[in-house]
Amino acid sequence: MTSRRWFVRECPIGMGALALNHLMGATLEDPMAPKKPHFAPKAKRVVFLFMAGAPSHLEMFDYKPQLEKFDGTLPPADLLKGYRAAFINPNSRLMGPRFKFSKHGQSGAELSELIPHTAAIADDLTIVKSMVTDAFNHAPGQLLMNTGSQQFGRPSFGAWTLYGLGSETRDLPAFVVFSSGKKGPSGGNSCWGSGFIPTVYQGVQFRSSGDPVLYLSNPPGVDGELQRDTLDSARRLNQMRLEATGDPEIETRINSFEMAYRMQSSAPELMDLSKEPQHILDMYGAVPGKPSFANNCLLTRRLLERGVRFVQLYHEAWDQHGSLVKDIQINCKDTDQASAALVKDLKQRGLLEDTIVIWGGEFGRTPMVQGTGKPDGRDHHPNAFTMWMAGGGLKPGLVLGETDELGFNVARNKVHVHDLHATLLNQLGFDHTKLTYRFQGRDFRLTDVHGNVVREMLA
Amino acid sequence: MGNIAMKVPYFFWASLFFLTGFCLPGVAQTQEKVDFERDVKPVLDRSCSACHGAKAQMGGLRLDAKSTAMAGGQSGKAIMPGDGAHSPLYLRTAGAGDQPRMPMGGKPLPPEQLAILKRWIDEGAAWPDGVGAQNAAVKKHWAYVAPVRPALPAVREAAWPRNPVDRFVLARLEKEGLAHSPETDKITLLRRASLDLTGLPPTAAEVKAFLADSSPRAYEKQVERLLASPHYGERWARIWLDAARYADSDGFEKDKPRWVWFYRDWVIQAFNRDLPYDQFLEQQLAGDLMARTAKSAAEAQELRVATGFLRNSMINEEGGIDPEQFRMEAMFDRMDAVGKAMLGVTIQCAQCHNHKFDPLTQEEYYKLFAFLNNSHESNAAVYTPGERKLRQQVLSRVAGLESALEKRMPDWRARLKAMSSQPGDWTTVNLAAEDISTGGQKFLEMGDGSMLASGYAPTKSRVKLQGKTAATGITAMRLELLMDPNLPRGGPGRSIKGTGALTEFEAEVAPVDDPSKVMPVKFVRALADVNLKEAPIDAIYRDKEELAGKKEPRVTGPVAYAIDGDDKTAWGIDDGPARRNQPRNAVFIASKPFGFPGGTLVTVYLKQNHGGWNSDDNQNYNMGRMRVSVTTLAEPKPVLPESFELLRERVPEWAAENAEIEKVWNGHPEGSTQLVLNERAERRMTNILSRGDFLKPGKAVEPGVPAFLHALPAKLTPDEPARLTFARWVAARNSPTTARSFVNRVWQSYFGTGLVETPEDLGKQSPAPSHPELLDWLAVEFMDGGWKVKDLHRAIVTSATYRQSSRLTPELKERDLFNRLLARGPRVRVEGEIVRDIALAASGLLNDEVGGPSVFPPAPSFLFQPPASYGPKVWDEAKGTERYRRALYTFRYRSVPYPMLTNFDTPNGDIACVRRTRSNTPLQALTTLNEPLFFEAAQALGKLTMHDGGATDRQRLVFAFERCTSRKPTAAEEAELTAFLNKQQKRFQEPGRAWTAMARLLLNLDETITKE
Repeated sequence: MTSRRWFVRECPIGMGALALNHLMGATLEDPMAPKKPHFAPKAKRVVFLFMAGAPSHLEMFDYKPQLEKFDGTLPPADLLKGYRAAFINPNSRLMGPRFKFSKHGQSGAELSELIPHTAAIADDLTIVKSMVTDAFNHAPGQLLMNTGSQQFGRPSFGAWTLYGLGSETRDLPAFVVFSSGKKGPSGGNSCWGSGFIPTVYQGVQFRSSGDPVLYLSNPPGVDGELQRDTLDSARRLNQMRLEATGDPEIETRINSFEMAYRMQSSAPELMDLSKEPQHILDMYGAVPGKPSFANNCLLTRRLLERGVRFVQLYHEAWDQHGSLVKDIQINCKDTDQASAALVKDLKQRGLLEDTIVIWGGEFGRTPMVQGTGKPDGRDHHPNAFTMWMAGGGLKPGLVLGETDELGFNVARNKVHVHDLHATLLNQLGFDHTKLTYRFQGRDFRLTDVHGNVVREMLA
Repeated sequence: MGNIAMKVPYFFWASLFFLTGFCLPGVAQTQEKVDFERDVKPVLDRSCSACHGAKAQMGGLRLDAKSTAMAGGQSGKAIMPGDGAHSPLYLRTAGAGDQPRMPMGGKPLPPEQLAILKRWIDEGAAWPDGVGAQNAAVKKHWAYVAPVRPALPAVREAAWPRNPVDRFVLARLEKEGLAHSPETDKITLLRRASLDLTGLPPTAAEVKAFLADSSPRAYEKQVERLLASPHYGERWARIWLDAARYADSDGFEKDKPRWVWFYRDWVIQAFNRDLPYDQFLEQQLAGDLMARTAKSAAEAQELRVATGFLRNSMINEEGGIDPEQFRMEAMFDRMDAVGKAMLGVTIQCAQCHNHKFDPLTQEEYYKLFAFLNNSHESNAAVYTPGERKLRQQVLSRVAGLESALEKRMPDWRARLKAMSSQPGDWTTVNLAAEDISTGGQKFLEMGDGSMLASGYAPTKSRVKLQGKTAATGITAMRLELLMDPNLPRGGPGRSIKGTGALTEFEAEVAPVDDPSKVMPVKFVRALADVNLKEAPIDAIYRDKEELAGKKEPRVTGPVAYAIDGDDKTAWGIDDGPARRNQPRNAVFIASKPFGFPGGTLVTVYLKQNHGGWNSDDNQNYNMGRMRVSVTTLAEPKPVLPESFELLRERVPEWAAENAEIEKVWNGHPEGSTQLVLNERAERRMTNILSRGDFLKPGKAVEPGVPAFLHALPAKLTPDEPARLTFARWVAARNSPTTARSFVNRVWQSYFGTGLVETPEDLGKQSPAPSHPELLDWLAVEFMDGGWKVKDLHRAIVTSATYRQSSRLTPELKERDLFNRLLARGPRVRVEGEIVRDIALAASGLLNDEVGGPSVFPPAPSFLFQPPASYGPKVWDEAKGTERYRRALYTFRYRSVPYPMLTNFDTPNGDIACVRRTRSNTPLQALTTLNEPLFFEAAQALGKLTMHDGGATDRQRLVFAFERCTSRKPTAAEEAELTAFLNKQQKRFQEPGRAWTAMARLLLNLDETITKE
């Protein structure tokens, strides 16, 4: 019982002051004030390059000579026992990798010709070839990767991070979301939602052209001076009301308006890529004014420099049920250079050491082929896939885990999505079993009742 | 704590070892009487108390206290003194019978201990008083004991209370040594009550009338006026709709628009007509079953629409999903919603395991689940009252015209029969879909040779179906399109109208023993029960080029279009709103008979290419449920229903009469649809799902209620459907949680925090209520008064507690910052919808029409297009006054929620929400400052002020200020505003701009969007 009281009074997170305030229905303390995690963090910021649609590990990261050898044959029957596929009859022919692989860096990571830029920074990466998930449809898979649950209504990883660490910027949202590619993520806004924790922790969608934040610009006819006059008068009037009512919430509102005003000047400056030197633009492949994944990567670096805690880039384009060869080339062209450039750029600015960069999708793709005629696709596959990470105290130049000879199941060092979350939270300074939020009479966690920190991934 | 919990069993295990190893032989030897404390209690403590003890009472059984152990649990007595052999305590631990052995999941008791238990019971089950947990301690948790009317507490300041609510509040304040606040001023009070009861601020005229009314019951009169306002229902519907997780789209990846606004309007009207809350709940849980005895079609429809509550679950039609998996997800969601919105109990956790904190077992969860698990997911046609009247007129007019014709052809039935095949003439071919050909759509085999298309609905597909037949000499194939309660409007198609179009019907055959020898079947003639005139497809099914006018739209028409080899034409079955939803069949006659002596492998290709360009929208034009059969008849015909229409249409001399009937039919209203429940005739089995995984069904369970709650009421009639009994159980007078949970949420809406802070969970884990007696008094008063919601509101808003000033004095700030003791009135920022509505009302833009389809106010269009959204979404911005409807009517896409509302903490309907967070962020400031509709409101208020605000700037300024805050500015405020205005008037030549600036300033004041 004593330990419980201690939590209420002194533990910074969990059943802490913040949660209690929320229970009281009040926001008197700034919920975004910077907070200390459970222990000294290795990382303070997160970038999640979310490759929505689920990239093929077999074409990019996980070279399987045996799959090549057995191309065109049926998979072993015992492999398919209890296996469910989304579109195909699981008993479909195997398809060998469509691209060439070679070894890179001192780590000797075996990567395909599709991602030369990523290959060039292989020694900075922590590659996990043994990811597994529970979901094999997009929306549930993306939700699981983002919120630790296939069901809607849970806070996202970014929201948990903000809840635990607060914000280091007062001029910008602390959790920013971009979207590029063919479409938005299958999971929709819930991928960056706050679930049952306060809404201030949800991600804010940015656009890489026009107003980055909705309603950022003054309405037509309202110039800078009028905006300032308006806010000054509003502040004085609100102050009068504060004196009359004594409600400290009015003070928070006054501050919110001031922050909004600051955001109006800081956000356009932030979004203006034309001030970046040409060699940096070239490094990312970014073109000012032309929305792209590359621009979003460069904007991400600028956001991190300005104290933004969590940036998530969705690139939904990887659902290659057909036209695998052509489309994966396009996707890699769109993402490989910029993803690698972001890592390099953060590194050269000293930001990588306390920033975690994550690259990956919601699941993998089947070793079996999908399609008729000249089949050229792969179906959804939850049993094995690859993700890579960089920075944030993770072990660089590491290739963790192995799949079986066909890339079907994980053979060694299985890392479940919950384990990944536990590990990432660990790097942010949290014991994932203690970063909790009480709801419906229960302490909820990002990792639910699962998850183990993957020590092998840590530097 | 964890360590101690681990140690307890170990400790007893050790002591038991001692007992069994040492004492038991002694017992056995001497046959001395079993001693409860020495011999039995350790066994119970060690093996039973984890699940049947202080922390949990599985099955309602608690074995660590004498009174509860002897009382038994949900399934009756566990201990029958004198009869060990028949006592469940012994039987279950011994593993007798077909029920699982206890301890569940634990090690079986060793035979010595079993013998002890049996002998102890045989010997009379003596349990000395004072041994074990004591009665005071075994009292049920307050939340699980039905509330009883508490006595009104005595108070010192007897003059203050206006009604019993105040007695409870004051008694607590006096105990804490806190003074209540004085009554707030009249204007603030009226604004507070107006915002609370209608979600709209009072008009200037309403304020004036109230100020002028000096009668003693002036305020009560205002309360009555507000309760009678049609906007009262809108305000309180919105709160319920959060709990009902209402949204206008399916959610998940496709997130297609759905039609559920009839449900939303039902909720509004239910509040407006003060439908008693118990009936309100019953109808939402079992309205479809109650509709069976409805007195009119209108009443039946209302009752069915109410079940939309359960259907507000999300639907996943992502390609490649298993529909059963997501039916289960929807079931879990319904359970969660019933738990949160109606019972006020968290039940979700028990989906996977026994509830850790509350005494709900996993088995009990699935017993509750079983009540709801027997429904079709229907999408019913619904009509507004006007449409229904029109429909009745059309139906009776057609009936009249047809019966006149029938009289002229008395033998029409015989004639029709001659045109028809007999059902026995056809043999069904059981077909299965080839996975890869369906594009991720699933074809469920329905057990009668038919298949139901479900899951993803591609707008263009060529589905390959295969099966075998032994028939030879096959002359024709028949395609039946069947009705199904799970199809829109009952089918037979999958389009939003329940129709479909068949672009081409193709078939191949091969001998079963040599499947590679494939031969195409050539069809030379097609017959069908419906052959419509050629018509272009509706706009929703058109491709972009067709919509742009660059290409002629594809067409539907007679069944011959299904074998004409032309992808632009299809067999159509949409015969208008009155007749489109009926089974259809088409017969395709082969050029020559086919069939191999050793059996024939039949492959059918259903080409359905008449859907639209966007498979992420409601653009499919597919068939829903279908069956294929073959015949050897020399002259095959369709099977025709006994429909005079089929015959009269074929009489050339009746062209004029037929035309007239068609004209009447054309007047039939299109109507709308609503997602509803529809009970299945054949019961679906419910199993406990291991870890909630639908692929791991365990033991089958019967419907039942948890032991820690009240008992299921007796059936009203012997054949009362289980779900109806369940509905009455949820809304029962003796439910410990139902009324409490609702009055607590109502209280929360008024004061910002509930009497119990956690309205989603009135259970063991919830914090204690701030005023437990008040909670019970309100609950009992509410129930005994006939569950009248308006009476509940009256009790609260006319109380002195509610009327207090909300000023936070330094003393209160120090002592009770969060106002849990209620020493002052509430002061909170209004909900997102009301933030919008206040701006619309203040500016005079508000269109206060009640009900109807959801509307599309201005929104950034890019949000609804990739890459911001998954699929392209329709957002046809309203141009006229529809854009100024109350925010309640804003169309709600779950995956792309309306940003203005999201910024103000409005939930998106993914899951039931009974408590919104209330944030205060820069994004909110940007929204009210710059969002287009807020700016329109500023412009409109500026214009209105110049026009109607008076002759002088001062008058105008006061006018505008009053429109936003309902009060007049203080001198200091007026000075500030005057200075602002003067400056802007100097800067801008055009006076309108200065007044727009003034209006924008006022609309952005904290007070404008706050209930004080």
